[in-house]
Amino acid sequence: MADTDLLAYRGAQPEEIEEDRISPPTVGQLTWWRFRRSKPAIVAGVLLILAYIVAVFAGFFAPYHVVTTHSKFPAVGPNGIHFRDAEGNFRAPFVYGYSSKLDPATFQRVSITDTSVMYPVRFFAKGDEYVLVGSIKSDIHLFTVDDPGKVFLIGTDNLGRDLFSRIIYGARISLTVGLVGVFLSLIIGSVIGVAAGYYGGTFDNVAMRIVEVLNAFPNIPLWMALAAALPANMDSIKVYFGITIVLSFIGWGGLARQIRAKVLSLRESDFVMAAHVSNCSDWRIVRHHLLPNTLSHIIVSATLAIPGMILGETTLSFLGLGIKPPMTSWGLLLSEAQATRVLLQQPWLLWPIVPVMLTAIAYNLLGDGLRDAADPFAT
Amino acid sequence: MLRYIGHRVLSAIPTLMIIVILGFVVMELPPGDYATYHMMELLAQGNEGAREEAEALRIRYGMDRPAYERFFIWITHFVQGDFGDSFAYRKPVRELIGQNLLMTMVVSLLSLMIAWAIGVPIGIYSATHQYSLGDNFFTMVAFFGVGVPGFLLALVLLVVGTKWFGFVPAGLFSAEFENAPWSLAKFVDLLKHLWIPCLIVGVTQTAGLMRTMRGNLLDVLRMPYMQTARAKGLKETIVTWKYGVRNAIHPLIMSLGMSLPSLVSGATVTAIVLNLPVMGPIYLQAVRQQDIYLGGTMLILITVMLVIGNLLADLLLAVVDPRIRFE
Repeated sequence: MADTDLLAYRGAQPEEIEEDRISPPTVGQLTWWRFRRSKPAIVAGVLLILAYIVAVFAGFFAPYHVVTTHSKFPAVGPNGIHFRDAEGNFRAPFVYGYSSKLDPATFQRVSITDTSVMYPVRFFAKGDEYVLVGSIKSDIHLFTVDDPGKVFLIGTDNLGRDLFSRIIYGARISLTVGLVGVFLSLIIGSVIGVAAGYYGGTFDNVAMRIVEVLNAFPNIPLWMALAAALPANMDSIKVYFGITIVLSFIGWGGLARQIRAKVLSLRESDFVMAAHVSNCSDWRIVRHHLLPNTLSHIIVSATLAIPGMILGETTLSFLGLGIKPPMTSWGLLLSEAQATRVLLQQPWLLWPIVPVMLTAIAYNLLGDGLRDAADPFAT
Repeated sequence: MLRYIGHRVLSAIPTLMIIVILGFVVMELPPGDYATYHMMELLAQGNEGAREEAEALRIRYGMDRPAYERFFIWITHFVQGDFGDSFAYRKPVRELIGQNLLMTMVVSLLSLMIAWAIGVPIGIYSATHQYSLGDNFFTMVAFFGVGVPGFLLALVLLVVGTKWFGFVPAGLFSAEFENAPWSLAKFVDLLKHLWIPCLIVGVTQTAGLMRTMRGNLLDVLRMPYMQTARAKGLKETIVTWKYGVRNAIHPLIMSLGMSLPSLVSGATVTAIVLNLPVMGPIYLQAVRQQDIYLGGTMLILITVMLVIGNLLADLLLAVVDPRIRFE
């Protein structure tokens, strides 16, 4: 193929084509070039990668440990980082002195910022001890403030735990619950979808009826009923997996249906026929001919299914049916903000909404970009 | 037409049966039953006779019988219109959910109307003004709308409303009308409260509708018959509405049935946050307390509503698109 033909592939930039290349670009390259054209999807992808990095190294990025209670500072507002002092001079980042006491007249907590005391923000400094990736012990934090100074970027909860740190730790659950849930639905969905599409007959009929019934159930009431079925005294790691199983209970249906439709059309194609004639086993046909061809669609639908599951976990935890303490998730953090009275006094408890929203939007944008890229031969 | 309706209704029956069975099984899944829940509650209060009371409760409501036996007793009564008794309220389920069911339907339907009233015109605008400033703006809003579940919106609204407007957007009635019999004043009061939850549930649905309408209409706008219509001198509004929108809207009607489950789901949690007298909060409590006949009946009624909604959507589609024949 001549170079001019290569340029005709949409999205192909001249600099990517080396002078001496003779072979046309691979499907992978075409997909990547096409994906790169969608700027929002790139931004979303980068954002998500950053979010997962923060979640994995939560202990490092959070100024305090998830369970550290600052007993003198329950339910206090933000004590943020400043760059200008009271006289208006710029200086290295610092926080003001901070104290909290009960207003004797209203019995409400009021926090007092003392602008005469300044504590410098220290980067890569020692703080609470934490365990990284399951085994490495460390006490280095990205940023922290020496005692008795405190840095509460967005305030604390009722027990005096830093909300910002808790959101970062909560990301570990909230961000992975969707991935694990989608992974589970993907396995169930592909097995049933491929089997139904490839073999057809009674199995296909029964499987598709089940999927229809599952689709007819409204998600959240069904999730609620299933989540309530998890025993109350389970330890938190089991609760976590229980919730992912509950979330994937509905998700597999849609995936199975899409994969089945794809397999049905591929089954009649010439290359599958050729494989049959060359005496390939069913397993080999499924693995080498059917699955790779459905893969792009599977990835796209999986990506688009993740935000629904993340929001599902948030909803369940918000209602008190999901993740249980000592584990933390964004939904669980939000459940503390449920009462109107609490919300009015501590509006900063609503902060976990922001990461929930950003993640959901990012996954939707990413899925949207992937969908356009999944079929690189379409115009 | 009648044959088609009959066929559709008959084919919905097996689905409904599976739904009823699955609904019961799901409610039966939690270990223990309401009696155990009640016993724990009494024990927590330091009540000595908890065990005996739970046992009495179990015998009175037949909770000691095997699950399949209870299911058959319940289901034979269910089809006769007797939905069983709620353990927690000690009242027939029927009495409990009558008004709630009505309110749930009112909220869902109003939300649906709001979603369509906002989503479809914006979708049409976006398609006819593709890549304009307005279109890009609405695209961004749509992604935002997909990302935010209704109950979070409700939470934010609670704070904003109470803090800056001195108005608590919760409940469906003012305090003085809460238990009052129906009257004109109560109805007006209801209308004053109703629009907030409907708007919240509706707005979360709008984003999807907007995007679908835009995509469909964009496809239709490229059709040669659109060019023909313009060439023969029709006004642009007629070209857009009669030739474009009419052909672009039927995938939306088809998705009407599919959007009902998410509408009910959205309404469930939003209702819990805003403390509305609809099925959501009662359902959550029933699920927690293992009040199986109450919870099971609700799950089934919600699903039945959806199946009926799907049927209606199919019929509506046949009315809008005369190419669809009743086979």
